[in-house]
Order: sequence, then C-alpha cells, then structure tokens
Amino acid sequence: MHFFCVGISHHTADVELRERFAGHAEVDRVLREEVGCSEALLLTTCNRVEIYAAAEESIPTGRIAHCLLTNGMELQEDDVDAFYRYEALRCVQHLFRVASGLDSMVIGETEILGQAKKAYAAAGESGAAGPFLHRLFQRAFRVAKQVRTRTGITRGAVSVGSVAVDLAEQIFGHFETRKVLLLGAGEASERTARALMKRGVRDIRVANRSRERAEALSALISGRAVSIEEWETQCREVDILISSTAATIPIVTPQNLGPLLRDRLDRPLFIIDIAVPRDVAPEVNELEGVFLYDIDSLQSIAQQSLALRREQIAIGEEIIAGHVNDFSDWFAAARERVVGDPSLRVSES
Amino acid sequence: MDRELLGVSTFFFFAAMVRTVVAVRARNYRPTIFNFFAITFGFVFQTVALALRGHALGRCPLTNLFEVLIFVAWSVSLIYLLIGPAYRLSLMGAFTAPLVFVLQAFALLAPIDRPHAMHSPPSPWLEMHASISLISYGAFALACIAGIMYLGQERQLKRRQINSMFYHFPPLTDLFAAITRLLWLGFVLLTVGLVTGFFTGQPLPYLKIAWSLGVWIFYAAILVARHLGMTAPRRIAALCVVAFSAALTLLWGINFLPLGHTS
Repeated sequence: MHFFCVGISHHTADVELRERFAGHAEVDRVLREEVGCSEALLLTTCNRVEIYAAAEESIPTGRIAHCLLTNGMELQEDDVDAFYRYEALRCVQHLFRVASGLDSMVIGETEILGQAKKAYAAAGESGAAGPFLHRLFQRAFRVAKQVRTRTGITRGAVSVGSVAVDLAEQIFGHFETRKVLLLGAGEASERTARALMKRGVRDIRVANRSRERAEALSALISGRAVSIEEWETQCREVDILISSTAATIPIVTPQNLGPLLRDRLDRPLFIIDIAVPRDVAPEVNELEGVFLYDIDSLQSIAQQSLALRREQIAIGEEIIAGHVNDFSDWFAAARERVVGDPSLRVSES
Repeated sequence: MDRELLGVSTFFFFAAMVRTVVAVRARNYRPTIFNFFAITFGFVFQTVALALRGHALGRCPLTNLFEVLIFVAWSVSLIYLLIGPAYRLSLMGAFTAPLVFVLQAFALLAPIDRPHAMHSPPSPWLEMHASISLISYGAFALACIAGIMYLGQERQLKRRQINSMFYHFPPLTDLFAAITRLLWLGFVLLTVGLVTGFFTGQPLPYLKIAWSLGVWIFYAAILVARHLGMTAPRRIAALCVVAFSAALTLLWGINFLPLGHTS
C-alpha cells in the first residue's frame, strides 16, 4: 500500500495560486471513486491545501493536483511545480509537523489543530477515512498535544494586538476593575480596546478631537466619550492609556504626565502608543510606575516570541521523530497481519 | 540521624533548584508541580530532623547557629507551603528552593553545629519568643523572594526584553499585593516574638533588644511608606530585599553574642 501527502502551502505557493487549488466538497469522493485512492482526506486552511491518502498503486501528483482545482479552473503547465509530495514515513512526519504548528506561517499557532480535527471529522463522516487515516490522524493529534505541552512552541504573543493585551495582563492580572482611556479614536485603538474588552475590561473612555467620532466609537464599544481637554485629568484615574492621535509632536511628555502620577505611585500606568508619529515622548518610560510601549517595541516583542518559538522547534522535532518510529512499527505489524510478510516494513522515501 | 535527614531534605531543595536552572538555561521553563512536591518532601524531612533533635535536647532546637539556620529554612518552607497556593506555585518555589538550599547547605557544611551549654531549664516563653521570631523571618524571606520576582518582572517590562519565564510570573499588581501581605504577616509575628521576649523571666540582653527593635522599625517604616503611598512599589520591593538581607546578617551577629539565650 502507498500512503502519501500531496499539497501546496505558503512555503511553495503565493495566495493567488493557493486560491486556485482550494479544493471542493467532492474531492475525497472523486479521489476514491475516480482516481483510485482507498482512503483520502482533504485538509484546507488559508495557508495550505493538502491531500492525505492511501492507495494500492502510486498516483501521480498531477492527477491529485487536478482534483484540487477550484471548480471552473484549468490546470496550468507549471502549476504542479508548486506541489510537494511526501511518501510513507515522510508523509507521517509532515502531518505531525503540520498538526503541531511547526510547519505553520506563525510557528506554534494552534488554529491548525482545530482545522485538522475538522477535516478528520469530515472524512470520518463521509467514510473517506479508513483504518490507516484514522490511526494516522489520531496519532497526529496526540503528537500535537505533546509538542505543545513539552515545548515552548506556543509561548508568547506574536501579533502586536495580542502582545499589548498579554503585557497588560502581566501588569494587572485581571481587567474587571481596570479603566482604559483611548486617546484618539483610530481603528488600531478600537481593535486593541476590543481585545481588552474580550479579556474583561468594562470601563473604557474615549477622548478625541472630534467629539462625534468619540461618541460613535464609544457607542460601538460600550464606552464613554470624554472631552479631549480632559485627557490629563483622566490620566489620574486610568490604568491603561491607548494613544493613536494624528498629532505631529508628542502630546504626552514627562512634563505634563509626571505631576499627574504623584498621587498614584502605587498604581502602574500602561501606555500603548500606536500612533506614527508617536504621541508619547520616549522619556515617559523613565517615570516611576509607567510602562510605555510604542508600535516598534510591541513588534519587537512579537519578534522575540517568534524567535523563542523557533528555538523550540528542535525539541518538537525530537518528539515527532519518536512518534514517527512508533507509527512505523505499528504499520509494519499491521502489514504483517494482512500479508504475512514481515519484510514489508515501511521505508523512508 | 537528624543531620542525615537534613541531608536528604537538602537534596530535594537542590533538585528543585537544578530543575529550574536547567529549564531556564534551555529557555524552556514551564511551571510544573515538581517544585511544589520537592519542597513538600524537603519540608517533611526538615520537620522530622528538627523533631528528633528537639527530642534529644529536651527543648526547642534553637541552641546554636546550626539549629537557628535550619529553623529559618524550615520557616521559609512552611510559609511557602501555607501561602504558595495563593500564587503561581512552581515559580515561587523556583525562587524559594535556592534560598532554602543555601541556608541548609551552609548549616550542614560549616563547623557551626557545636553543642551549646544551656544553663537554664527550658522556658515556654523563651521557646515561644525564639520560634515565633524565627518564623517571622520565614515570612520576611518570602517577601524578599516576592520582591526579587517583582524587580525582575518590572525590569523586563521597563526594558521591553521578555525572556521565557516572563509569562509565568504572577502579574505585577498581584506580586505587590503578596509582598504587602507577607510583610504584614512577618511584622505581626515579629511583634509577638518581641513582646513574648519580655516574659522569659531572664535578664534582658539589651544589645539584642536594640538590634531586634532595629529590624522591627525597619519593617514598620516599609509598611508605613507602602500604605501612605510615599514610595513606589519598585522601591518597596527593593527594600524587602535589603531588609531581609540586613535581618539575616543581624540574626547571625546575635547568635555570636555570648548572651543569655541564642535568638
């Protein structure tokens, strides 16, 4: 029996090409009834389209690629070059890497596991997954769990918004009683405010040069519009200040913020400055109890997290290698039971 | 026998320390319950060792510097196990284990376990005074550890350089609340310890009283500064480290004084 994976991903194809091979609802049926696969499973995400299949005979990559074409599309001459193909144990290893997030664009992202489970459930329901794919995917889910719990592959936020929210959590713990001031009602502020609301923030105030815009945003996020002239007074009360005005020079400086903090020494102030040019003078970070993060520092932390995750890949690969060997043993034993020939051990290819 | 048991106990604290160091060096620190269990086993062996020694002496085992250091180490473990569940267990344990290990290893290796001639019969007031005062050191030690954690966390946030342990630290505001509670716990225990010292019926060692009052005033000043909002949390955390280092040094000095009792 041959088992293999054929697919394209962000490693091999741009989004334009991936769109053309998004597959369709009938792919697994076509692969089994017309192409000759005994088992087939389609895994599609925004970054990859892959077929995991088992067949008695080897099936050319071009044929699989043809099945993956979005309805109405034609296969171009060089399309197949973008496809990768993994056979036997390389296929097993690839799936384990994919499910664990090691092959993802954002290393360690967890969404892929949910998508793989969904694809597996769909193949199970349609009858496209047989004993081989059942075993392979169930093992892949186990491997993914182990890689996540035994390595730091999912550690740290890797997007600017989630870095800001995680940092706020490391400063304040819980958000229920925390007060947030949005200085400027831009889209980026709104996104960060929404992320904080999801974590439990209830009190959000919006100060903007245009009162109408402040009120409109307040209504959207169940906040409260305050006058832009009040921002200094508000700084005495708030715990988190998110600034994104269109000002061309810093409006928050040690000179105007320093005196406001004297009577709140025991309460930290977290400032997220997502404006370019910056709204907050960098020297503000030197003030006692103030933690200032601008867009560059948030991006830098996201990069640090990614670097930390990359360092964990080797540990994940070791875990995966152990499981690939186990899978190989199982497959050899299963094959022996079926054909009675112990020499038919699955080989690396 | 008690020294052997203390050796086993020290091994458990050493194991917790090594595990943390290895994980941090591999930049793969993840909180587990290993530290909590290692400290629990270490504490059990400490308790048995102290009980055996106390039984052999016929009094609370606080008759020389060796016993005082072991008792402080035991108090640190006790307070950690009592308040640990309120914090992120493994991480607090990661910082507690090295302190206890250093205290115990030094006590076991240094030539300080010399029998001390006790001229007076055991006095319940004296034993209560000595033991409660030393347990207060356990609380101050934990406040010091929480202070170090606070300073580490604050430094990372200020410098915007996040390491692999960062997301396992308790939030800054929680750490500051922990520091405050531990300071109060230690302060109340120290006050009780000092007051009971006046009921021992023995001649008052004035130098010891002055030093103990010095420690008491230092911690009282930190608490006043904290509650009147006179200084920033970072400075309170730093003061916890300074105060405990000073208190431990004084404890050392007190035990070298040829005075009526040894704590």
